[in-house]
Amino acid sequence: MSELRKTPLHAVHVESGAKMVPFGGWDMPVEYSGLIAEHRAVRTAAALFDVSHMGEFEVAGPGAHSFLQRVTANNVAKLVVGQAQYSALPMPSGCPVDDIIVYRRGDERYMVVVNAANIAKDWAWLQAQQPSGCTLADQSDAFALVALQGPKAEAILQGLTPVELKAIGLYRFADGVVCGHEAIVARTGYTGEDGFELFVAPAAAATVWRRLIEAGRPQGLLPAGLGARDTLRLEARMLLYGNDMDETTTLIEAGLGWIVSLDEVKGDFTGRPVLSEQKANGAPRKLVGFETTERGIPRHGYPVFLGDDETGSVTSGSFAPFLQKSIGLTYLPAARAAVGTELAVEIRGRRIGARVVPTPFYKRPR
Amino acid sequence: MYPQGYRYTKDHEWIAVEGDRGKVGITDYAQKQLGDVVFVELPELGRKFAAGERFGTVESVKAVSELYSPAAGEVVEVNAALADKPETINQDPHGAAWMIVLKLADPKAAGSLLDAVAYEALVATEAK
Repeated sequence: MSELRKTPLHAVHVESGAKMVPFGGWDMPVEYSGLIAEHRAVRTAAALFDVSHMGEFEVAGPGAHSFLQRVTANNVAKLVVGQAQYSALPMPSGCPVDDIIVYRRGDERYMVVVNAANIAKDWAWLQAQQPSGCTLADQSDAFALVALQGPKAEAILQGLTPVELKAIGLYRFADGVVCGHEAIVARTGYTGEDGFELFVAPAAAATVWRRLIEAGRPQGLLPAGLGARDTLRLEARMLLYGNDMDETTTLIEAGLGWIVSLDEVKGDFTGRPVLSEQKANGAPRKLVGFETTERGIPRHGYPVFLGDDETGSVTSGSFAPFLQKSIGLTYLPAARAAVGTELAVEIRGRRIGARVVPTPFYKRPR
Repeated sequence: MYPQGYRYTKDHEWIAVEGDRGKVGITDYAQKQLGDVVFVELPELGRKFAAGERFGTVESVKAVSELYSPAAGEVVEVNAALADKPETINQDPHGAAWMIVLKLADPKAAGSLLDAVAYEALVATEAK
């Protein structure tokens, strides 16, 4: 096995006593002071995450727009400069190679943010789609990425940047200066809470991290690890590639029809025939959220039953620290997936009752 | 840190023997490795376990850990309060978070487990 990669903030994590674990080929902090405290900090104050392991590709040139229309599911024409969009790279089967965020940085210039574990796969996939009239550049090593999430994120960050944060709406971003360093300041995240993601040069990452911690501490900010990031995103029903969706689940099955655009201006794209058909007629199965009705914690891979039929397994499951209950996601046959449906999860040989519930499990107060 | 009178297993359980009874829990090192504990599953009264047999499960948000009996015996008390307050395991692992009391098949058998000094040495190597 090859050596684990380290983000520009690795030394900061180790020196702060974070618990480190391997994740997608990277040595990452799983928790700092405690997962539950970190999770609650995001819901009630703020927390800071190092997500520098994520990948960034630049797509630029006169053909960038049409290339992205052809290889992504969502409608790139909807993006103005300074706007970001959740999307995916579908295969002809309608199943995603990855889920991504597309940032429009200029008239003919885009940044595509991809999952850490998929950087090499996505890069090869995009090359194989024969980009024309544009160039692709893997800039993953040119960016550190820090996520400041929580209701107090804006107040904390505003003290460290001249960028007018109030003017940056959800899924919008601006180029600016944070703590004296150039940054892309994006109102995006993976926690179901308000917050920002800051793309900075690797050399600036430690300074930005430390200044944010200092500025945020009095407001309740905690440094947080991937453990809390995972429970936060699950409460908000944000999917994890490799668990909740992969190369065997279509975007429609995963409940991501809202990022599949059949708009005329978008035109044809990889996977469109399957996705268009499933969008119109429904998919054979559906990703649903459930909570347990008996004590027990459902986890990834545990078998799921509808009556005596084993229908699949838990794709993501956890005790939800803010909601204080056990929740999870699983694929069910579409005809038997209605809210209220009773199912069972097998935990160490014993079946525990559960019920399909509406998602997201958690929705932030506005 | 680790009470002198207790005996310890390599799986990070402790046992405190008094007469023919042995009180069982998990160590401070074990709770730190687990992180925030949110669920514990303990046996019913009257269950009999061999030394090293699984007697329950403790779960943090991120991890599942099996519990192994440090000695042979029958369960005569269960700490039912842990079900509603599993975080006690993080807060007071060697005290209030005891899990079960066993009526020991052989009260002398626990003497062959690690003492506090040997256990601390074990933890020091594992932490590296």
